[in-house]
Amino acid sequence: MTDIAGIPGGATPAESGGSLGPAGGTVAIAVAAQRMAPTRWRLLLRRPTFIVGAAIIVFWVVCAVFGRLIAPYNPLAQQLLFANTGPSGTHWFGTDPLGRDVLSRVLVGARDILIVTPLATILGTILGTALGLAMGYFGGALDLIAGRLVEAVLALPAVIISFLFIVALGASKITLIIVIGFIFTPLIARTVRAAVLTERHLDYLSSARLLGERPLRVMFGEILPNVLPAILVEFTVRLGYAVFAVATLSFLGFGVQPPTPDWGSDIAANYTGLLAGYWWQTLFPALAIASLVTAVNLITDSIEQVLNA
Amino acid sequence: MAMFLLRRLGLMILTLWILSLIVFFAGQILPGDPGRAILGPLARENSVQALDHQLGVDRPLLTRYLSWIGGLVHGNFGTSYTYRTAVEPFVRAALINSVKLALLAFVIVVPLGIIGGVIAALYSGRAVDRVISVSGLSLSAMPEFVTGIVLIVIFGVELKALPVTASAGTGAGVFNQFRHLILPAIPLVLILFGYIARMARAGTIEALNSDYARTAVLKGLPQTTVIRRHILRNSLLPTITVIATQTGYLIGGLVVVETLFNYQGIGNLIFKAAQAKDFAMLEAGVLTIGVVYVLATLAADLLLIALNPRLRIGASDD
Repeated sequence: MTDIAGIPGGATPAESGGSLGPAGGTVAIAVAAQRMAPTRWRLLLRRPTFIVGAAIIVFWVVCAVFGRLIAPYNPLAQQLLFANTGPSGTHWFGTDPLGRDVLSRVLVGARDILIVTPLATILGTILGTALGLAMGYFGGALDLIAGRLVEAVLALPAVIISFLFIVALGASKITLIIVIGFIFTPLIARTVRAAVLTERHLDYLSSARLLGERPLRVMFGEILPNVLPAILVEFTVRLGYAVFAVATLSFLGFGVQPPTPDWGSDIAANYTGLLAGYWWQTLFPALAIASLVTAVNLITDSIEQVLNA
Repeated sequence: MAMFLLRRLGLMILTLWILSLIVFFAGQILPGDPGRAILGPLARENSVQALDHQLGVDRPLLTRYLSWIGGLVHGNFGTSYTYRTAVEPFVRAALINSVKLALLAFVIVVPLGIIGGVIAALYSGRAVDRVISVSGLSLSAMPEFVTGIVLIVIFGVELKALPVTASAGTGAGVFNQFRHLILPAIPLVLILFGYIARMARAGTIEALNSDYARTAVLKGLPQTTVIRRHILRNSLLPTITVIATQTGYLIGGLVVVETLFNYQGIGNLIFKAAQAKDFAMLEAGVLTIGVVYVLATLAADLLLIALNPRLRIGASDD
């Protein structure tokens, strides 16, 4: 069941089932997620991997909200006399080329990635769910056309396609949210569609149709509650890839703009200093990204394990 | 069989056409006025109009799309806004460089991923399996520049064992080029390892539970023979599909690695074009990656049919 994690670029092994491969793992998620019951959430809280992942996320959320209060220095304050100093008692993570405290920048830098990532994923999940429900429920021409669109988006790595749109629209946090949300839409639609297809022939749907319920009511009132667990799993998986995409785009200069502290753009600004031996300026923000990615994955992994138990 | 191939080709062309629409939409419609986007908000209106006219973006939309797509069909990818010459030689040179890097990553990761997956499957549920699966999953979600920086710090700065730039300079020998590409290839390997290992693991577990594997064990074949002759042949089929779908990612995901290691590949080309708002170059680069992906998927499907007789029959029913 680990085969649901997406590829950075968007294609996942499950999706890569292609036209000839074995049945996509997305169907498996749908089936597994059906078995979700309230007691499973209690099981989740007992898993150490979940606790560790959640603890790391809570830590970064606290930093994002109260960063300025926790940080030992003002993340924007330059002390040119203390530029490029290594980690020490006064500056635990050292200072950057402008003498700014790296620890403070790492703590405060959590903010934008933690705002953009969930919002983009929520946008993608809402749009993807609507599209997936329609594709699975109506089938036919809509399914075929939307299916090709999914395929076309899959043919491009998410980072590249976001590039194209961000350059065209101009870089900003809102652009980042919209572009990543739109890229996730077809990917999430694919999972939701697979989940809907497993529901389509069940009795409760024919009953609903016989009762004369309208398509919209059947889709959102009858099918949606039953595929919700599958959507939740997909959401956590996409969240991991949103972190990947946002961090990468910031690193490439299409996200948060300097001098606002941000892990990706701080790395971009300082990585040339690596050759001069100033490793702390890039290594600590890199480890911050690594910890966030790992935390999201630990949570996703625990949810899958609990669903499969 | 012929029907299947025709249908497969038809779908491929449809996908490419939709892809061209997306690229055209993003590159020519969204910027509104490319001349304005390039010259910036402070430029005078008449210079913007002059540039638009020179770029040919003041013509009607449909005319622009038709002439663009017509050019593509004839191998004319357009004219770079920055260099004012055809983009095709730039894209070609960059693609060749990227293929070198991607090929090296593939050559390392494919055997490694398969071996990792098979080992994980043989020790399924035990510590070895958990370590391979969880580390593979985590690494595959780690941005390349994060692992790249850790690698540069360890091998380039502390140990000084490997060069930290990817290009060996013009006229460098094969071995020298290879040495410069090792460090950039590793972040790609780390990303791909998890996917390939996971697929190989799933396939192997399925094959291990099959009747033919049990028969082979029960008739007294040594374990290595069972694995080599009965398990691997079946378990590797789905893995081929995964490897093919990763090609698109690999060629495209190079943006970060090529930027970090300063390598003149297609990723770097797209990045530079994006920075310079050179939409013609950007469109050509993005479309090239899409085409590479679609062709790789097609190749994988054909290879699967060739390797698996069951699909040959299934395909002709299609």
